[in-house]
Order: sequence, then structure tokens, then C-alpha cells
Amino acid sequence: MANNNSVKKTLIVALSLCVVCSVVVSSAAVMLRPIQHQNQELDRKTNILQVAGLLESGGDVQQQFSQITPKVVNLDTGEYEENIDPATYSQTAAAADPAQSRSLGGNDIAGIGRRENYAVVYLVGDEQNPDEIILPVRGQGLWSLMLGYLALEGDGNTVLGLSFYDQGETPGLGGEVDNPSWKALWKGKKIYPQDSTEPTIRLVKGGVDSGTPDAEHKVDALSGATLTSRGVTNLLQFWMGEQGFAQYLSRFRDTTGGA
Amino acid sequence: MAADTPTGLLTTPVFRNNPITLQILGICSALAVTNSMQTSLVMGLAVIAVTAFSSFFVSLIRQHIPSSIRIIVQMTIIASLVIVVDQLLRAYAYDLSKQLSVFVGLIITNCIVMGRAEAYAMQNGPGLSFLDGVGNGLGYSLILLVVGFVRELFGSGSIFGYTVFASIKDGGWYMTNGLMLLPPSAFFVIGLLIWAMRSISPEQVEKAEYKITANTKAQEAV
Repeated sequence: MANNNSVKKTLIVALSLCVVCSVVVSSAAVMLRPIQHQNQELDRKTNILQVAGLLESGGDVQQQFSQITPKVVNLDTGEYEENIDPATYSQTAAAADPAQSRSLGGNDIAGIGRRENYAVVYLVGDEQNPDEIILPVRGQGLWSLMLGYLALEGDGNTVLGLSFYDQGETPGLGGEVDNPSWKALWKGKKIYPQDSTEPTIRLVKGGVDSGTPDAEHKVDALSGATLTSRGVTNLLQFWMGEQGFAQYLSRFRDTTGGA
Repeated sequence: MAADTPTGLLTTPVFRNNPITLQILGICSALAVTNSMQTSLVMGLAVIAVTAFSSFFVSLIRQHIPSSIRIIVQMTIIASLVIVVDQLLRAYAYDLSKQLSVFVGLIITNCIVMGRAEAYAMQNGPGLSFLDGVGNGLGYSLILLVVGFVRELFGSGSIFGYTVFASIKDGGWYMTNGLMLLPPSAFFVIGLLIWAMRSISPEQVEKAEYKITANTKAQEAV
């Protein structure tokens, strides 16, 4: 014990401990990475299926996912970009890369900082005339960046569902964005008014029933979670607006003869 | 301590010397993860694993740890184990690891883990240290489960996700208590638990460090 405190012994112990620990930690990380990636992918796909209302519990997610066609969309023109493979393109990575995104500056209502030039959308049914269009959306809530998917009907206007696959809002309050009965309120709502590309969908306090004026553009806000509700409104306004999918969706609404 | 028998090591920290209610350690994570039974259980298991193995490894090399860097050595071992546990959860219990988010990583800062390494494993053999770690982890888990039980039952009307009280939101009769879902409610629950435990075994009550004397300068309230 006496020579434990010599400089030599201290250095040897410190060094060998670091080597052993780093080998353990990095081998755990490397060996488990494929399974973790698989989990994340599966979680994302489950969410897409869920928001599209296609998820059958107990079924094979990969197989169910094969009925969905991913497409890369240029957000500025609204055109499809065939040169980018949707399977390998990562929107999150693109949003962080200055070459593939642009800073939003003062127009950043969703609080996301930068917006990527291309987004991956998911289509169900015929590509030209899809039954469902599923769009990725994200924005700042009260505590966290909320990431989710919005599913629209083929008219590019009627909501089928909204679901967040990653959010860190207060459990029981803002975290209720995951509540199935709240999510059910979204079905049938309309994003845009007649012949307009300005989204008017928003959350309102005090409940929405058929007697509320403009009820088809309003969803009941989450009680006790004003800032999360505002975040949801803002992120939808952003992603459905000029800087988001408005260009892309307006083409749809023209070609499919929607509202 | 007369607790150095294997069973003593396992059971003493659960009630008589509980790390949360007697030593008041590990409160931070006990507030954060106890809003449901399931997260409490997984967090408890993670802490048992980390405390047991870190005590084991610290004890294994205790003869060679220079005293000048012993805290850093302990922290390195604990941190490595926590990362391994976190990676395992992400790989095999993805949904739960999403719910526990940063709190698995924060086991590193849980005073129970380091307290056992420093107070017990540095002086005792690997086998006993391992059991001591398991015992303290169990004590922590028990409190987490009790707090989780109360919070989930009154906050969501369910236990392990199974509905016990049908809430008004789902068409039942029970008005869920939103406070129970927020971390501060765990303060109340843990406080009541400490009170209960110290009423049952009064030797756990700490001696007062000072005595409040009578007010000698009485005067009218102004």
C-alpha cells in the first residue's frame, strides 16, 4: 500500500484504468449500434404507419411499411427530386449542414433555426393521385424540439392525423400531445381555407364543437399546456406555410381537384 | 456494523438503513422518474446493476488505487458502467429508454453509487461489496416503486399502465391529480414515507443539533 501513492504507480493505474474502461465502453457502443439503429428506424416507421392509420398491432412493421412510397421533395419549388435516395437522405443531417439548408432568421416561427432544402414525404397509394400524404414536421414546444408526422388526405388539405415520435414536454400536461383521444380530434380538420395557401389551422382554448365558427380549422388546445399548444400551432403554420410544404401541397390540390 | 453477513448486507439497506429515506441520497432521480411504475422499476434495476458492479470492480482493485486519485478512479468505473447500461437499454428496451431519457445517464451523479464505492467497497472484499451494492440498489428501488405506485395511481389512475381508476378523460369517474405527475409531488410522497419509517423505528430519527430556547424578549406584535 505504501508505494501506491508514488507518481509512477498513480500514472500506471490511471492509464490502465482508462484503457480498460474505454475498451469496454466503445465495444458496447459499437456492438449494440446496429440494434439501436434498427430500433430507431422501426420506431419512426411505426409512427408513420400509426399517423396514417395503417398500423395493425402485432403485424410486421417492415412489411406494412412496404405499402408506403417515400419521395424527396424540394421545399422551394415543390417538385420531386429524383436524384436523392430517400432511404439514405437524412433531413436532420441536412438541416445542420449549411450547404443543404438555409438559416431562417426572423421568419423562424417554429423555432427550428435552419430549414433543409429537401424533405422526405411518404405517399400511400398511387404516386400521382395518392390516398394519403404523410409529411414530417418539427418545432419547438415548451422544453423540447417536437418531431412528428402529419398525415393528410389525397386532397392535400384534410387532416388524417398528427403524431409526435420524439418530444420532451411535461408528462401529463404538454406530454398529452401523445394522448390518443387528443390526437383523434385532428381527424377531418382542414389546413387551408378554400383556394388559399395560407394555413389557418390552429389550436384554440376553450374547446371546439360544431357550433364554433371556423371549427374545421380549429383544434382544442391542451389544457394546462399553453406553450406546448402554441408550439404545435406554430410548427403547423410553419410547415404548412410558404417555407414548408405549401408549394408542394398546392400542386396536389390543383392536380387532384381538391379544395 | 453487524450487517456484514450476506443476508444482512442485502436486507439492512432496504429498511433499516435505506439510502433514500435515512441517508437522503439519490433524491433527484427519485423525483424525476417516478411518475409511473414501469419507469421506476427499470430505473431501479439499472441502479442495482450499476451499484453492484461498480462496488465489485472498485473492491477488486482497491489495493492498487492511489488515494490521491481514488475518487476519479471510482467515477471512471461508475461512468463506464452507466454508459454500458444506457447502451443496453437503448438496444433492448428502446421505448423505456426513451421515457427515462437523460436519467439513466444521470445515475453517474447518483450519490448512492459513489457513496457505496467510497464507504464500503474501498474497505471490503469484492463478493461482499457486490452484495452491498445490490442491497442498496434494492433499498433505492423499493422507495422508487412505492413513490411510483402512489404517483401513477393518483396521477393517471393506473398501475403499470393497467387502469385501476377509470379517469374522466376516458369516460370514467376519476378526476386525475395533475400534481402527482409533476416531479414536486414526489417530495410530498417521500416526506410522508420518511415520517412513516421513522415513526415505526424511532432510532432512525436524528438527534437535534440545537435546541430552540424560549423567546426571552417577548414583545407585542407590531
